[in-house]
Amino acid sequence: MANEVVLLDFWPSMFGIRVRIALAEKGVKYEYKEEDLKNKSPLLLQMNPVHKKIPVLIHNGRPFCESPIIVQYIDEVWKDKAPLLPSDPYQRAQARFWVDFIDKKMYDSLRKTWTTKGEEQEAAKKEFFEVLKTLEGQLGDKPFFGGDNFGYVDLSLIPFYCWFYTYETCGKFNVEAECPKFIAWVKRCLQRETVAKALPDGKKVFEFVSAMRTNLGLE
Amino acid sequence: MAEEVKLLKTWSSPFGLRAFWILKLKGVQFDFIDEDLSNKSPLLLQSNPVYKKVPVLIHNGKPISESLVILEYVDETWKQNPLLPEDPYERARARFWAKFGEDKVLVSIWNAFIKQGKEQEEAIGLAIETLKFLEEELKGKRFFGGEKIGLADLALGWLANLIGVFEEVIGVKLIEKERFPLLSAWMQEFAEAPVIKESWPPHEKLVTKFRAIREPYVAAAAQPK
Repeated sequence: MANEVVLLDFWPSMFGIRVRIALAEKGVKYEYKEEDLKNKSPLLLQMNPVHKKIPVLIHNGRPFCESPIIVQYIDEVWKDKAPLLPSDPYQRAQARFWVDFIDKKMYDSLRKTWTTKGEEQEAAKKEFFEVLKTLEGQLGDKPFFGGDNFGYVDLSLIPFYCWFYTYETCGKFNVEAECPKFIAWVKRCLQRETVAKALPDGKKVFEFVSAMRTNLGLE
Repeated sequence: MAEEVKLLKTWSSPFGLRAFWILKLKGVQFDFIDEDLSNKSPLLLQSNPVYKKVPVLIHNGKPISESLVILEYVDETWKQNPLLPEDPYERARARFWAKFGEDKVLVSIWNAFIKQGKEQEEAIGLAIETLKFLEEELKGKRFFGGEKIGLADLALGWLANLIGVFEEVIGVKLIEKERFPLLSAWMQEFAEAPVIKESWPPHEKLVTKFRAIREPYVAAAAQPK
């Protein structure tokens, strides 16, 4: 049966980037459809009626929502190439735990670094560095969170990097100075073609965010 | 090597109950410890240094935290009575509804429980809108997992028991049979399923506990602004 794969996405979305990396790692050909989040397409509303959010993967007409669920689906269907999750159940549980941690902790604290000012922003920066330190601890001396190989945790975390220029500029901090190990890991990930191609340019993200901040009255 | 399975939970935690259910449903031999969260054991702190929360499953000395992660680990490790289907599409659906339960249902019900006055009215409205998705999903199915209990049922199972407790404390019915016939039927069938039915914490004790949790919110709302 022909494999028809469509991805509904939004170019700076770190959650969408996860799916793009996963599909690239597996060598899956797909149609990319850019959504205007202020004017969501009928297809998006039909395929994700519960959340009305991107990314949505549509495989042979069937929708898949929520990036960790989509990535695990991709790993299970295209299982003959580039395994994303480890094969050992305990290692898989650890991988799921850390992606859940990233989703609970990174997004909200980071969002506050560019949507708030003053004390609230300082608290967000502090929380963000605590999160990075925890992740650095988990990485240890391994090249990737997956061990020797780039995997599920790495691809779930690296998309946030294209937002770092924005966070650092708005929040007036420097990640490499505080967390050099983390940035070393980032650089290793960026050496992968699938990652380098999937991540938009950080300055482009900053331009997009600047426009939003102006609208929010923060500039 | 002898299998050693230990579950750290509390007497009342619905998250701990999920892990308890799956181990029982699979017939796994395990020990459990009901933690006192005001005085966490060194074992808990050492096994879950990131969150210091229950439940934690310790299998042959190796800890796993986060109840939904524990459910998938147990399902993959003990293959009898599988919780997740084989088909990747169905697996994704089960995970979707389990996550929906965590991100939306739990949050909206909790808000309906703790908020007061006009905010509570809005929270109840939002909770009902959220629950409608569950009602829709149950069409033509006995359980979220289909004919038998699956991952989403265990993830959402707390509804079958705690909703009654919350409704008693706040004096408002959240899941009315007329509005939610399928969800109500599911709650009853799940609550009375083998293994599940023997596991519920005592109702009165839960009511007392959650009433006490709600107190500070009621008091804060009663303060003159």
